[in-house]
Amino acid sequence: MENTIIKVEDVRKRYRLGVIDRTLIADEVSAMMARLRGRKDPRMALGGPVEHQRMGDYFWSLRGVSFNVAQGEVLGLVGRNGAGKSTLLKLLSRITLPTVGRISMRGKVSSLLEVGTGFHPELTGLENIYLNGAIMGMRRQEIDRKLDEIVAFSGIEHHIGTPIKRYSSGMKVRLGFAVAAHLDPEILIVDEVLAVGDAEFQRKCLGSMRTVADSGRTIIFVSHSMVSVQSLCNRAIWLDKGLIRQDGATGQVIRDYLTEYSAQTHEQEWSEDEAPGTDEVGLLSVKAISEREDGAFWISDKIKIEIEVLNRTITNDDLNVRLQVRTNNDVLAFVSDMVETIGHASWSLGRSKITCVIPADLLNDGGYRIGVAFLHQGRHWYTMEDAITIEVQEGARTGTWFHKWQGALRPKVDWTR
Amino acid sequence: MDQERRRIQWDVVVQPHQPWWRVDFGELFHFRDLLWLLVRRDLLAVYKQTVLGPLWQVLQPLLTSLMFAVIFGLMARMSVQGIPPMLFYLAAVVPWTFFANIINRTSQTLVWNAALMSKVYFPRLVAPIATTLSTMVSFFIQLASFLLIALIYRLSGAYAWTMDATVLMLPVLIILMTVLAFGIGILVAALTTKFRDLGFLLTFGIQLLMYMSPVIFPLSMVPPGSKLRWVIEFNPMTSIIEGFRSVLLGLPMDWGLLLYTTAFAMVSLMAGLAVFQRVQRSFADVI
Repeated sequence: MENTIIKVEDVRKRYRLGVIDRTLIADEVSAMMARLRGRKDPRMALGGPVEHQRMGDYFWSLRGVSFNVAQGEVLGLVGRNGAGKSTLLKLLSRITLPTVGRISMRGKVSSLLEVGTGFHPELTGLENIYLNGAIMGMRRQEIDRKLDEIVAFSGIEHHIGTPIKRYSSGMKVRLGFAVAAHLDPEILIVDEVLAVGDAEFQRKCLGSMRTVADSGRTIIFVSHSMVSVQSLCNRAIWLDKGLIRQDGATGQVIRDYLTEYSAQTHEQEWSEDEAPGTDEVGLLSVKAISEREDGAFWISDKIKIEIEVLNRTITNDDLNVRLQVRTNNDVLAFVSDMVETIGHASWSLGRSKITCVIPADLLNDGGYRIGVAFLHQGRHWYTMEDAITIEVQEGARTGTWFHKWQGALRPKVDWTR
Repeated sequence: MDQERRRIQWDVVVQPHQPWWRVDFGELFHFRDLLWLLVRRDLLAVYKQTVLGPLWQVLQPLLTSLMFAVIFGLMARMSVQGIPPMLFYLAAVVPWTFFANIINRTSQTLVWNAALMSKVYFPRLVAPIATTLSTMVSFFIQLASFLLIALIYRLSGAYAWTMDATVLMLPVLIILMTVLAFGIGILVAALTTKFRDLGFLLTFGIQLLMYMSPVIFPLSMVPPGSKLRWVIEFNPMTSIIEGFRSVLLGLPMDWGLLLYTTAFAMVSLMAGLAVFQRVQRSFADVI
């Protein structure tokens, strides 16, 4: 490729498991001797692709990743936790080096893995702009030149002479992104920094990233928000267990990723012997059932939850089943009790199925963890916190806002005027 | 693929084995503003919450010398070669404090800046270099305070203090000492990321090294050819401490020993850079 700006060749990264700082000197020495004699490090996997992520005391976070990025591309990295996204970002931003492989890049690279790293609490906002800029490799004159812009972008003109320690976290984020947004790198690497700050500021950040992208620069962007990835990136790479699962147009990659993600986790079953619960009652299955052929859940869809219960001893109406819905960030979105809706009814022994429907236009886009609890005479008996997880998608986008809506829920609210 | 590699000029190449001797000086130079800011930050941070502020820079070695003068001069009656004890000890305590501070502080730079280094890339060597420079600032303040006190001795007629042409050796001694301490400092810094125990050992090691050097006694007090003399001369700081006394108090210089220290300093710098460069690539994974 003529205009390749990033070239990643068979990159692998190994981490040690467990307590890291208890290195054995003997281990180090034997590895060094092996290298001196021109042999392979005995701790390395011998030749060929690494078959498993876990090998002895080591964990392969990346197991052979290769791709090229052309100038001007905006690449989104998606994948579940532990897929290797953060490791890849750390390698691209040179915080750590690969165990095997090579990454070559052209031009100035700057990375924004965490907003406001390197802020010194005792120094004022202004002094921190210089410190932060210098850490990211900016020259003093360059900062002098862009100072007004940076301050204006951050929107904290009035507090620029105040020590950072008196800033709210939102103000720190504003200042950090303001510096980073004015770095003018050829390659910008951005981790999930937009998850913080208020909506107005997020819009500003996303807007400034789009400006960077439109000026022909290259961006690599990681986010758990599929909406952000979809609206910003023209190409996406799906990482799965340290390997590239799919590389292509953003829309297709995200669709496939979400489909698989939900298929993996949106139902769970147990045999009668293993049914979790109490001596009296056990859980046989929890399933989220999609209205769609591809199994996806859209915001505009009803989500049917099917719970199968094994009743061993209860014959009266004292048992209640509760549904708990949490966001991926562990915010309790809501709970719903069976008896509050359909009232008490006596139970028969054996298997029985309960169904509940989460209304359409209630959940936001993003991941939800659905839990099930048994209550007996109003007291908690048993709770399964994360029985299943579902990923709710935006579906058809309407309106003018291209970033994830804030909030644990996103009900359709009737407005009149 | 090779053909392509030749055609495209890559600016940044990230790969497992980056040779230790390839210190990217151009990159270090590019980050000189950061270096300067870190030095400033170091200097401001240390004295921000103290009442006496920078005065501590001067008081610290003075009090130490006073203590030595009372304990070793007055009570143990050790030889001070006919020089006022205060000047005799101060001439050694000032460079020793510098040496010990550089090692102590640079050896902490990786751990102290861990949060920063695991989030953003900059040439890691900037941190220990900044620490060394900020320590150097205190050293010069202390050196000036020595000269002031020596001048007071002379003006009051208490001691006929003079300096001769060997004063030209002063920059050489300072550079030598800085290189030596910096080399040992980054070596320890690199090793402590893997073996935390080293940090605790260091305090004792430096203290031991001080007693093995002529800080509290003149080298001439130790009989030549004795085992003790051999041990003391093995210490690379011995010639530097003696050198400082020679220059600052007008005593004869031992050139041979200085040559040994020069070689030692070079080796320590090389070893320090080698290990530091090796560790910095995996450093973010270890902390």
